[in-house]
Amino acid sequence: MSGVKELTDAPEAVPPAAPPPRRQTPLWATVRALLRKELLVELRTLESVPGMSLFALSTFVVFHFALNRNSVEGDEAAGILWVTLLFAAILGVNRLFVADAEEGGFDAFLLAPVERTALFVAKVLTLLAYLVALELVAVPAFALLLLGPALWPALPGLLATLALGDLGVAVIGTLVAALAVRTRARDLLGPLLALPLLVPIVIGGSRATAPLLVAGHRVGVGGPPIRWLLTLGLYDLVFGLIAYAVFDFLLED
Amino acid sequence: MERSTPTGSRPFAYGRGLRTLSICTVLAMAVALGLVFFYAPLEAEQGFLQKIFYVHVPLAIITLCGFVLGGLLAIQHLRTRDQRWDYRSYVVIHMSLIFAIGTLITGSIWAKGSWGHWWVWSEPTLVSFLIIVLLYATYQPLRFAIEDPERQARYASVFAITAGAFVPMNFIAVRLSTAYLHPRVLGSTSNLPGPMALTFLVSLLAMALLFATLCKYELTAKHARAQVRALRRRLAGDTAPGRARSAAPTLQHVGTVPARAAGRSAV
Repeated sequence: MSGVKELTDAPEAVPPAAPPPRRQTPLWATVRALLRKELLVELRTLESVPGMSLFALSTFVVFHFALNRNSVEGDEAAGILWVTLLFAAILGVNRLFVADAEEGGFDAFLLAPVERTALFVAKVLTLLAYLVALELVAVPAFALLLLGPALWPALPGLLATLALGDLGVAVIGTLVAALAVRTRARDLLGPLLALPLLVPIVIGGSRATAPLLVAGHRVGVGGPPIRWLLTLGLYDLVFGLIAYAVFDFLLED
Repeated sequence: MERSTPTGSRPFAYGRGLRTLSICTVLAMAVALGLVFFYAPLEAEQGFLQKIFYVHVPLAIITLCGFVLGGLLAIQHLRTRDQRWDYRSYVVIHMSLIFAIGTLITGSIWAKGSWGHWWVWSEPTLVSFLIIVLLYATYQPLRFAIEDPERQARYASVFAITAGAFVPMNFIAVRLSTAYLHPRVLGSTSNLPGPMALTFLVSLLAMALLFATLCKYELTAKHARAQVRALRRRLAGDTAPGRARSAAPTLQHVGTVPARAAGRSAV
């Protein structure tokens, strides 16, 4: 911006041989454009979200038969919910950069005079949107199919926990997807890399959710343990910073 | 190993000091084992079994330090773009992975001996260690799946940094999740009696020396093999790079064989 101002104010100060100053689009404008593109592509192709939601539903059915239980609560319910959401999220993670790698999206992005961080932020927000859409289907379905106690009293705490967990999954998923997408065995490497990195999110998420999903839980009485929400938030923050720092290096060729 | 090159730059000498380091390591290991078996007192509860502590805990500490060190070396690689840092990072992580398997085996033996089970979920250190090993087990497949050597090095560094930062965070998360069912008698050196603490510190030093020596051996061996291969190819008059698919970084493109590069540019 300042470069442009310099040019108009004092053109004689710039030596004639100097290249014109590079103009960069502001980060948030780039992020908005990229996010719009991602969501538009998803709306037109419907490649990720319906598949993820259907996968979650099938997994609940599988859990019903595998555990031979009609309803679950407490630790079990939290575990089933988080494992299902995690595996469904991994489906989305696997597909997150495939179009960019195969159809030349990376090249086009690198040719544009924009900050590379924008792609990271846009992809995190995209994955976050996918996860929210997934949970809009999966959580009510879980309450309907498997959960013993009522969902309503648990809802505020559950939403807070899911929001923090989703943020972590989105950040780690984006980093792992970018790391795996241009390798030969990406469908295999993505989940293998993602699962150990997501273990702390599963720990925090399921421990925070478990006390909410027991019978007799009431609104306002004993929300999710603050300790676990803090753990989740801290993990999100640290991984967000790490991913922000290293993501640019994945986009250099 | 020293040889003059047309460009005048001396090739990086990986083998220098290897013999001194090896002798130090052997001596330190001998002293450490001597202390373990003849000096350190028998622990009251566990008796002779507790001696595995002097192998297991140093192994674990060196492994975790090695993983973090691999991440720091990878940061250096991304900052300088010098492929040799990637090479070091690779060797350190590779060696840490071997040490990690040793840690898991000795830990299992200790758990079986003192708690009666090969695997104990309530021991946070054991569980977090397993998660870390599972993560690092994907390091070699990741490298192997990327053909372009420059991109392989870059992606491996990104992985090494992320995983290196994950190591301490994972320990915190898993430890938070587990109640302290087992008394942590041997958590740190501060609550150890004097002779035990001394033995432990000497064992730790010996293990660190062993790690450094093995890393240096691997670096030297890989370097020597790359040089031999390059020289042999020059002898045969073949100038094509001809690179085999590999998870390990090759040194052909990093300028450690300047004679060959000079020869190729002359042709």
